[in-house]
Amino acid sequence: MKKIGEQSYFLQKPVNICGASAIVGPKEKEGPLHSYFDQCLEDEFWGEKSWESAESKFVKETTNMAISKSGIAVNQIDFCLAGDLLNQCIASSFGLRESNIPYFGLFGACSTFVESLILGSCLIDGDFATNVLCASSSHFCSAEKQFRFPLELGNQRPPSSQWTVTGSGATILTKDGTGPFITGFTPGKIVDMGIKDANNMGAAMAGAAEDTLIRHFKDTGTKPSDYDAIFTGDLGYIGKDILIDLASSKGYNIKSNYTDCGVMIFDKEKQDTHSGGSGCGCVASVFCGYIYKMLQKKEYKKVLLIATGALMNSTSSQQGESIPGIAHAVSIKI
Amino acid sequence: MKPIQSKEEYQEYVDQKTPNSPIAKNCFNAFWVGGVICAIGQIIFEICKTRGLDETNSYTIVSMLLVFFSAFLTGLNIFNKIGKFAGAGSLVPITGFANSIVSPAMEYKSEGYVMGVGAKMFTVAGPVLVYGISSSIIIGIIYIIFNTQSLTLI
Repeated sequence: MKKIGEQSYFLQKPVNICGASAIVGPKEKEGPLHSYFDQCLEDEFWGEKSWESAESKFVKETTNMAISKSGIAVNQIDFCLAGDLLNQCIASSFGLRESNIPYFGLFGACSTFVESLILGSCLIDGDFATNVLCASSSHFCSAEKQFRFPLELGNQRPPSSQWTVTGSGATILTKDGTGPFITGFTPGKIVDMGIKDANNMGAAMAGAAEDTLIRHFKDTGTKPSDYDAIFTGDLGYIGKDILIDLASSKGYNIKSNYTDCGVMIFDKEKQDTHSGGSGCGCVASVFCGYIYKMLQKKEYKKVLLIATGALMNSTSSQQGESIPGIAHAVSIKI
Repeated sequence: MKPIQSKEEYQEYVDQKTPNSPIAKNCFNAFWVGGVICAIGQIIFEICKTRGLDETNSYTIVSMLLVFFSAFLTGLNIFNKIGKFAGAGSLVPITGFANSIVSPAMEYKSEGYVMGVGAKMFTVAGPVLVYGISSSIIIGIIYIIFNTQSLTLI
């Protein structure tokens, strides 16, 4: 049995991560992490006719880049696990329709990227696969169109709102390799804190992040200082603060080595992004761009990556439903 | 901090953690931008009148021009910036109405002219029209019932 404690798992043979690639849009290009991304675009349309097809192109180009970086032939990739925020995950399925790789579309809202890493690790550990392609994406314009208002509408965003990242991250998990490695994971439960404000996703998801984080520490017998860094996906500034408070109320001090990908990707003051970045592409591009490179450089030796998702849609929030959150954690070391 | 026990307690804690919108600043900006838009309308009105148009036609020209400028600036990706700065200041005058129709029309152009532009054009302005027209009908009925003078005029 690979299960430890209530809901954590370790991999007897750690799964190798290779070929991590990230492509982002123009706003992310102005952000503090721009030099870590493989490609930053000037144009949100990327020469396409719609934002939806632009997002598909993000997926297509990022996965192609990951495949070519890894040096693995396409026919050697057994599965592709990908997801995004658009209805019925069309960015992923349209982006991968010419890939010729068996495909599973995933939806875990903004936690999709880590969901794909966990499921990919299981497939490899269970000997169903040797190489698995994992990817996810989001696009500010297509997400605004689907979840909020037209872009040109002259409205004001509240300070707690977050800015969907335009970007995509893709990586390939392999049975053998030189690392970084996924050593274990803690899949998250659905946690509903009763928050109904769709403009305060960080607060809605922080409870799920806390649940998974504390569960991970308890199950594995680790403590915050065992990790060089702990990253959450897209809690933003408010969610990050809440998670620090919630964790400390349970006796875990994560203040010194914890940050959030949504906080890192934008400069809050200069870029007017309010509570920070969000979206499937946020954790995917920050992991594949920044965190992966820091692991390769051995700046980090062991990290915990917790992607957070808000499991709602625009109908549920119009109907006054609260927003359930989810958070999946993977521990990665070199 | 002590552990949070209930959803109500969490909501209370979140409310206290979440920064409020800068209401004083937003009101001030809304006030002066809204004022400027109305002043522009007044200037257009005065020009029309001095050129010899009557009052009714001058008002129509004012509305047409403000709607045109608002739609034009929406298309140039400028109106959303004004709206973000001024909030209700640019939203409440007729400029906001024009913006709320042009912006979804632009957004949904990729779905075609019928099911995209045509069907989605009123997604934002639709509720304003529905409840605006409904309430004016109700007010009209009340007017007819209680204003006997107007009845005798009919």
